[in-house]
Parts: sequence; C-alpha cells; structure tokens
Amino acid sequence: MTEIHALSGAYAVDAVDDLERAAFERHLAECAECRAEVASLRETAAMLAETTAAAPPSALRDRVLADITTIRQLPPEVPTAQPVRRHRVRLLVAAAAAVVLVGAGTAVVVTQPWADETRPPSATVQVLEAPDAQSTTLEFPGGASATVTHSDELDRAVLQTEDMPPPPEGKVYQVWLDQPGKGMVPAGVMPVEEDQTLLLEGDAATATGAGITVEPEGGSPAPTSEPIALFDFGRSA
Amino acid sequence: MEHIRRLGGDAPLPEDGASPPDLADLLKRAGRADETAFAALYDATAARVHGLALRVVRDPAQAEEVTQEAFLEIWRTASRFDPARGSALGWLLTITHRTAVDRVRSAEASSRRDSSYHQQNQPVDHDTTAEAAQASLEAHRVRSAMATLTEVQREAVGLAYFGGYTHTEVAKMLDLPVGTAKTRIRDGLIRLRDAMGVGS
Ligand SMILES: [Zn+2]
Repeated sequence: MTEIHALSGAYAVDAVDDLERAAFERHLAECAECRAEVASLRETAAMLAETTAAAPPSALRDRVLADITTIRQLPPEVPTAQPVRRHRVRLLVAAAAAVVLVGAGTAVVVTQPWADETRPPSATVQVLEAPDAQSTTLEFPGGASATVTHSDELDRAVLQTEDMPPPPEGKVYQVWLDQPGKGMVPAGVMPVEEDQTLLLEGDAATATGAGITVEPEGGSPAPTSEPIALFDFGRSA
Repeated sequence: MEHIRRLGGDAPLPEDGASPPDLADLLKRAGRADETAFAALYDATAARVHGLALRVVRDPAQAEEVTQEAFLEIWRTASRFDPARGSALGWLLTITHRTAVDRVRSAEASSRRDSSYHQQNQPVDHDTTAEAAQASLEAHRVRSAMATLTEVQREAVGLAYFGGYTHTEVAKMLDLPVGTAKTRIRDGLIRLRDAMGVGS
C-alpha cells in the first residue's frame, strides 16, 4: 500500500513478517533507491555484530567442514539477455548522476528515478536513460511519490508516480510544464493508476519546472486549482 | 566507502600475525568448491557469525545449530556473492541474521521471549585472541555510533536486530503507535550508517 519505502530499514534487519517481506521485495524490484538503501543498511547492521563476537565450540568447525562436502553449491548467476535488466543497471548510473546534479538549491525531498517494469514506449526509456537526465522526486504525506525526470538533450520529460491515490470522483490529475513567459502549459492527463509512467507533452528543455493539479475530467487548458506538486528543474537558482 | 573495504579486507589478524585474509577473495574461492578457502573463511568469521546467532536466539545449543546452518548456506550460495554489491562480511552476517530470525520465529517455545531484552543484554565474553582485540576496536566504533542515536531509535534498532522482533512487535514493546517503529528503525540505521561512514 502506501509508505512502502519506509520499510527499508525493517526489511534490512529482517524485522518484517512474511507478507511484508513479499510486498517489499516486489517493490525492491522496481525501486533502485530502496535497493541501494537496503544494501547500505545491511552493511551497517552487520557492523553491529562486532559488539557480540563469541567463538563457537571447536567441534562445530569439524561438523561444518564435514557437512559441506555433502552439499552441492549453487551455480553462479548467469546474466540473462533480458532488456529490462540491462535497463535497470543503466538507470542506476543515471540516478547517481542525477543525485549530484539536483542536490543544490531546489525544493527536492529525495532524488530517485526508479526502473520501470511496465516497459514504457521507447521515448520514455530514452528520457530515463539519457546521460543528462535529472530527476526530482516529491513525496506526499501518506507515502505516495511522484518523480519528474527531464532531459534537455531530448527536450522531453517523464513523470512517474508510485502509490498515488485516485483523484476525487469526476476529477483527473493534470500535468503541466512551466514555460517562461507562458506559465503552466498542459503536458498531459494522468491515467488513473497507482503507479505509472507518463511521457509529458511539450518542450522540457525550455521549461523551468513541472506541476500537477486536480482538474475536471478531460483536463483544462489552464490550471483551475492550486498545484498539489511542483517540480523545480533547478535552472534559476 | 572506506568502511566497506575494511569489512571486506581487514579481517581479524590470525594469531601468527600474518597479513589478514581477504574475506571477499576467500568467499569467491569457496564458491568454486575450494574447501581450504572455506575453512579459512570460517576461521576468520566464526566468532562474529556465532556471536550474532547467540545474541538473537539466546539458547547456546540452538545458536550452534544456527551457526552451522548459516555456514552451510554460505557454502551453498557462495557463488552468488557479488563484491560490487557489498562486503563479504556483510553478506555472511545478513545470511546469519536471517537464519537466526527464522529460527526464533518458528520456535515459539523458545524461552528467550520470556525475559526482557534489557536483562539479557549483557556483553558476551571475548576470547583472548587477536580476533577479539580487533573486534573490540570495531566494537568501540560501533558503540560510539550507537551513542548518536536517540533513545527510542537505539531501542528500536536493538530489538529489531538483536532481538529478532518484527517492527510491529517492536512498536508494541516500546508503546509506539503502529507503523512508527519501522520509521525509528530506519532512521536509527541511517544515522548509524552515517556515523560509521558505511558506504553504499
Ligand atoms: Zn522504494
């Protein structure tokens, strides 16, 4: 459900029940930020064991070394020629770059482009994988999050949401690009789904930011309500 | 960053004072069915593996079984270790912890849950080998980092990691609203990570 990222610490130290573990592992498959966090928190937790060292009885060594001769080892993991997997690795690299770029000055909560399991159209993938891709993530109270990734080189931006609650009855979430001199220009209407990836319409290279508003079904030519999220592309500051 | 290297490469000194074994290298060789490498890996890490198992399950006989089970799992899955994703020791202890937690959760009859975490929270005696000396240096570092946590973070992390309790159980034990213990655990671990300079 919501707030799934917050489970990373509990998951890293096995403080989850079986259902939570399964749910979080599904999330891990698509969330590079949580994968990195879990890895670092497991390293941290392992350090705690430095305070509890206690040598086992020496007979245990003999038992273990005798037993291993009866256990067949797993083969190494062989990389499968699976496009999605390659895609993830490259996204991770892009994510690292994005963190550095976005760090200063913007009203960013966290930066976290995540890999996409839904195999979006290629233009979307290109933006997410662009070497100059920059991501800005906003987290909403309640655990939903939205990330806008833009590439100036490709002039495009992609919005990804996670655990997004549905809009009120008869309303939609509409996305906007903030264009200098023009204000908020319509960039698309989000399909009603919790987790989704949307390639924004319009020139992201000139935009200074993006926004999301709640609009009547079908969308509006200009925002009719206060934005629920504003993404600063970090150009002015 | 610095610390990952340390976990991987700066294993306890063997008693003859030779250079410390490279745990990642030993693990990699163990993954190719090198039993000698696995034995060396055992010697370099058994005290930490067993100490963690003992701390979580409490019962010495069960702790031995957990240690044995964990090492057999380490042997079985050694080829899956990827040094790019973390240290060898971190990998070993992750397996150990999961094995220990599975044990306490499946064994409801365990006497461990009858008495409180605090009463049993005494340090385990170290033996007097070079490993213990090395471990105590690291232990000092860990204790200093622990001191940077808030009381509730420290308790939540301790109950989760050493106690083997779920965050829901931890919430109940610490009188926290349901759902907030996981945040305390995460915040505490992040603070520890940053205090100890563990890279990711
Ligand atoms: Zn996540």
